[in-house]
This record gives sequence, C-alpha cells and structure tokens, in this order.
Amino acid sequence: MKKLQKADYIKMYSFMLKIRRFEERAAQLYGMGKIGGFCHLYIGQEAVVVGILMTIDKNDSVVTTYRDHGHMIARGLDPKRIMAELTGREDGYSAGKGGSMHMFSKENNFYGGHGIVGAQVPIGTGIAFTHKYNGENNICRTYIGDGAMNNGQVFEAFNLAALWKLPVLYIIENNKYGMGTSVDRAAAGLDLYKRGEAFGIPGEKVDGMNVFSVIEAADKAGKYVREGNGPYIIEVQTYRYRGHSMSDPAKYRTKEELDNYKQTDPIEIVKAEILKKKIATNDEIEKINKDTLEEIKNAAEFAINSPFPKDSELYTDVYL
Amino acid sequence: MPALSPTMTEGNLSKWLIKKGDTVKAGDLIAEIETDKATMEVEAVDEGVVLDLLFKEGEANIPVNKAIAIIGDPNEKDQVKKETPAEKVIEEKKIQTNIEKKIENKKDDIIDTPSPKIDQDTILSSEEITMRQALRDTMAEEMRKDNKVFILGEEVAEYQGAYKVTQDLLQEFGKERVLDTPISEHGFTGLAVGAAFKGLRPILEFMTFNFSMQAIDQIINSAAKTLYMSGGQINCPIVFRGPNGAAAQVAAQHSQDFSSWYSQVPGLKVIAPSTPYNAKGLLRSAISDPNPVIFLENEILYGLKGPVNNDVNFSIPIGKANIEKEGKDLTIVTYSIMLQKSKEAALRLKEEYNLDAEIIDLQTLRPLDTETILNSVKKTNRLITVEESWPFGSVGSEIANIVQRDAFDYLDSPVIKVNSANVPMPYSLSLEKLYLPQIDDIMNAAKKVSYIK
Repeated sequence: MKKLQKADYIKMYSFMLKIRRFEERAAQLYGMGKIGGFCHLYIGQEAVVVGILMTIDKNDSVVTTYRDHGHMIARGLDPKRIMAELTGREDGYSAGKGGSMHMFSKENNFYGGHGIVGAQVPIGTGIAFTHKYNGENNICRTYIGDGAMNNGQVFEAFNLAALWKLPVLYIIENNKYGMGTSVDRAAAGLDLYKRGEAFGIPGEKVDGMNVFSVIEAADKAGKYVREGNGPYIIEVQTYRYRGHSMSDPAKYRTKEELDNYKQTDPIEIVKAEILKKKIATNDEIEKINKDTLEEIKNAAEFAINSPFPKDSELYTDVYL
Repeated sequence: MPALSPTMTEGNLSKWLIKKGDTVKAGDLIAEIETDKATMEVEAVDEGVVLDLLFKEGEANIPVNKAIAIIGDPNEKDQVKKETPAEKVIEEKKIQTNIEKKIENKKDDIIDTPSPKIDQDTILSSEEITMRQALRDTMAEEMRKDNKVFILGEEVAEYQGAYKVTQDLLQEFGKERVLDTPISEHGFTGLAVGAAFKGLRPILEFMTFNFSMQAIDQIINSAAKTLYMSGGQINCPIVFRGPNGAAAQVAAQHSQDFSSWYSQVPGLKVIAPSTPYNAKGLLRSAISDPNPVIFLENEILYGLKGPVNNDVNFSIPIGKANIEKEGKDLTIVTYSIMLQKSKEAALRLKEEYNLDAEIIDLQTLRPLDTETILNSVKKTNRLITVEESWPFGSVGSEIANIVQRDAFDYLDSPVIKVNSANVPMPYSLSLEKLYLPQIDDIMNAAKKVSYIK
C-alpha cells in the first residue's frame, strides 16, 4: 500500500469534517422547513466513505444508497449543489427533481443515490459489467446497507458478479440498524461479509470508525478486483449517530450505546493522529474547522437562494 | 423550533440541555423537543455563546420555525434579527400552492405525440418470413452496426432462444455479446439497467413478460425514472422484449397481458407489433432509442409469415399508428395479436351486415397516437377497442377517455371495449376460448355501436 502523505491526512480530516458540518447544516435546514421529505444523515459514518475513496481512480464508478450526501462530498462534488438539491432548487445536482435520496453526477461517475433498498446492487454490478465489456481497467464500488443484506436481488447480483468475474467491490456499511431493526433481529448470521462465500466471493470485516483500517482494507480489495479476480466484499462496522431519517428519535437503542461509539469518533481519531504526528498544529486544525464551517454556511446560503425549478421543468427529462 | 418530521407544525420544549452563558459548538445537544411523533434531541449547528433562551422548559405548541434560543457572539449586536420571519415561510407555502394549482390545471397529455409519416415507399421482400425471423434479423443487423448492443436473457445463447428468436446469434457474435443468464430476473434486469446507465445498449429477453414481474421494480423505479430523477443526466437505452399475453393453455401464471401496466409509466415507451413487417421496423426504432422500451411480442404470432422490408436502415417511428384498413362506418382500434381477429371480423361485418370498418393498428401504446384515432372517429362516428388484456384500466379504457373528451360531439354511440374476461386465465381449452376475445365478440361490439340487433 502506498504510504500516506501529510497532505493525505489533511485531506481525510477535511473531507470527514466537511461531511459532518454539511449534515448538521442539512438537519438545521430541515428543521426550518427548507428541506422536505426524507433526509438520511451520515454523521458517525464519515470514515467509511472517506477511507474507501482515498483509494479510488477518477474513472472508477460509484453507486450507493439513499444515505448519499457524504458519498457525494467525498467524490469531490460541490456541497453547494448537493445542498441545493436537498432544498429542491434548480442548481441542485438533479435540478431539484431528485432530492436527498436521488442524486447523480454522470461526469464524476457517480451513479446515485437510490431510494429502493437493494436496487443499487444489481445496478452497480451492471456498471462493473460495462467496465469489463469495454475493456476498461476500472472498477465499480457498490455500497450496501446492512438492511439490504437480506434482500434477494443482492444475492442474485453476487451470483452474477462471481459467475462473470465482474470488477465490482461491494462495501457493506453495517451501521447496526436497518431503520429501527437491529441487525441481529433481521439477519440470521451476523457475519455479513461471509454472505458471498457460497459464490466464492472473498470478504472481510473492517473497523469503520477508524479511517486507517478502512483505507488498508479498501486498498487490498480494490487491487484484487482491478486485477480481474472478480468481486470482493468488505463489511465496514460503523454507526450512525442520528436516527434513520430526520423524523426518527432512535428510541430502539440506548444512550450508552451511542455514547460508546462517540468515544471512538472517526474525526477525532484522525485529528489525534495529525497532532501526534505533528502534521499540523492545533491552530492549523482550528483554521480548517473555521474554513469548513464557512464553506458549508455558504453552501446553505446558496441552496436557499437558488430559485425553485421553473414550472415548465415538470415536463422535461421524462424522455431523452 | 425545528421541524423534525415532514408533518410537524408545532412542538413542545421538553428540556433545555444548555443555559444562558454556555459556549456551544456545532454538534452539541441543546434541547429536547417533543414532536407529534416522539421526543428528540436537537443539536446546535452554529458556534457561539447562548445569549438567550426564548422559551421555558415545558412550554407547548411552539410553531415550527419560531426562534427558541439565540446563539451568537456576545460582542455583536442585533442577533435577534437572524431568525427566519414567519411571513417568509407563509409566502413560500403560497408559492407552493400556486404551483400545485397550475399542475392540476395542466392537461394530462404529457407526451407530445410525434407524428412523422410512415415511409410507405417500401421495398417489400419477395419472400415471406416469420415474425420470429424478422425479430432475429433485426437484432443481428443492429448488433453488426453497433458494438454496444448486446443481448442477455434466459436460454438466449446455447439453447438458441426458448422460442428460437435468438437463433444463431451466439455463433455470430460470441458469448461476450450473447449472454445466457441464470433464472434470476430481478438480478439480471438490474444489471442490464446499470449497463445501460453506463452507456451500453442491452436487449433483454424475458422468456415471457410474466417473469418481468420479478423484475418490475428495476424496470419502473430504476430504468423509467432515473432520467427524470437525475435532472436529465442519466438515460437508459435498453429494450425489454419477449412474448406477452396468452399462448396456448399455459394457464394463469404464464398468460397475462401487461400492455396497460407498462403503458401507464412515464419514462417508458411501449410497443406491440402485429406483423413481421412492423416487428422489423419497430424493433429497429426500439434498439436505437435512447429511452427504455418495452417491446411486447406474442408467442402465437412468432410463426406468422409476411413480407418485410429488407433495407437494414428501414424503421417505423415509435408513436405512430397504422391504418390497416380504411373504412367509413366504424373504427376498430386494436394492437398485437388482436389485429388478425379484427381483420377477420371486418370481413364478416362487410359480408353479413354491409358494415365498412376502419382498422387502426396502434403499433405503439406509449406514446399513443391519439391524432390518428381521433381523425378516424371524426370520420366514422363509432368506436370499438379490441385487446387481449383484462378490462379494468386497459389501453382501451384510456382511448375511450380521450375520445369522449376530445371528440364527444362526433360520437353517435358509446365506445365499447372488447377485452379478455375479468378472471385469471383458466387452463381448460374450452374455458380458455371463453376467456379470450373472439371474432364473435368483436362482431357483437361492432353491431352494438351500429345499433344493429
């Protein structure tokens, strides 16, 4: 694995912080009625997507679930336009027609943002199929929530990916709850990473609160897939601090459980490492914090000032 | 007061977790709020000092968006002004309501029906071929032209197609482009949709459209809606094809007609060919189309022979009906296999009752060629629809709606629909015959709209 440079540490910290500040601001705008519908926050899970994306090639593809804001930020997309999609405005990535759960950026090889649990898994497998069909040396990273791991089409996709040796890296983000149902109440057998075994797909479990563990696993898995060995599964153990969506008070879990996870906060881990390794001073960190807060404030400002889509947009983009 | 659910309008302040003078950072918990659904904790988004708490613990029914605390820099004045004025929120709601009203007032013709003329200057082959071969040849021709076109489905390769529609394609194009799938519709449909998002042009064969129900979520939620949901970024150039409707005594689970199911969905185009000639022209248009197309074939028609146009660029535009036979006394609108029965009925109507029926073969179900239908009704003043699907909410139901709306004054009698029986398809030969629309049913409907006893 390539040794992490000083700039990599700063990049990781900045991206994770940006995701957190973005989500907090989204919660605020939701509270003000500026964001409607369903809104699923990524707070607590930042190390997963940032760790994975530290190993990505820009021509690789990504497809994920409806908990997608952080995935877009980590892909380098503009927080202004993401927030504008959340507020349903014309500057949003889907011109205000997709919303929080359905966002895409074809030019950045980001294929959604899918609202139906499990549906993104065959789709990501099909994008990987295309990479192979075209003879490209790229892979598709397909994210799966723990809830989707009991969904039939996921296993149909695993079978096809293994059968046709497709370059797809499946990343299970196990945040312990599918909405309000804990994994142990939904899944018979808790080792989700082993669920590809019957198809011959290797899998491993990773600590998703620690970005360095995620990077190490993602790097190894990415190489395996890129070398033409077929699919690979990483199960990342993570935790969402907030409820399933904005209206979920998360009464199905204890406060102690949440507090325990906050002790291993993914952003604090990176910060501690930066200070320990003297990559940046406390003051420099403070500057990043301030700049990030400012950037996200501006994104929110932009998103609530962007115009609503024109009425005529109702009838566009149904057919090409 | 934050809105913590889509339906919340006011909340109760259960508990403050901060006090005046505290310094808070983004992410710190500041209060517990009781909503219409639950009690939830609220976090600070901004940094600063708590300058004031505007409500006491236990205060109830605080409207959403009302300021409940002021956090800021104690050295700056005029902090209070930062709250969102209630009027502004009301103003936004007004805008929303106006938009909704406008939408309601808009006519429901979402698709602009294209009306290109069919090039009737056709070079017909001297030799007649089957529908099966017409479909096969067209796929092969398009695969030769464009490397991005490939076919996948159950038994399409080694077996040469469950109905031999893909015969010899494996031999010509190899296993990279002609792929046998496992019996796994949900998975391989989603895979094909993903491939289309990424720029390939899959032709996906369902062994029958009955099995597409296993995959209907991917067809509708993914293939049909993503162009819209992505603001026009991601299109899905895919053809879903295979036999639809009844075959011969294959009973309830293998005989359903899905024409109206798919025709209801914005984002899909739906085609139902009736002859080798239009199968060829329409399939070429379907494969070249940048949108998802449902191509409904019919097992009984696979063996139907007819002349075709052998030009490898010959196509029939999507969205254009064909006037199969001109007439002046009544209009019969039909599609797919019912075209044949309608033609036989028209012959008998002429012989036995001297009724001159005009027959319109829809060819495309979505977008519907309403212009051709309306022009015909304006001429004949009588309309029957003939189709194999169940009656409730069928394609004929929509046509009846459009005709009563746009040609009410031209009608001399109510529109009558001929459909299959409103029951699951029975197995027994005698009951199957009763279930399906027969020539006598078409004759009876035609007599009824003509007031002939």
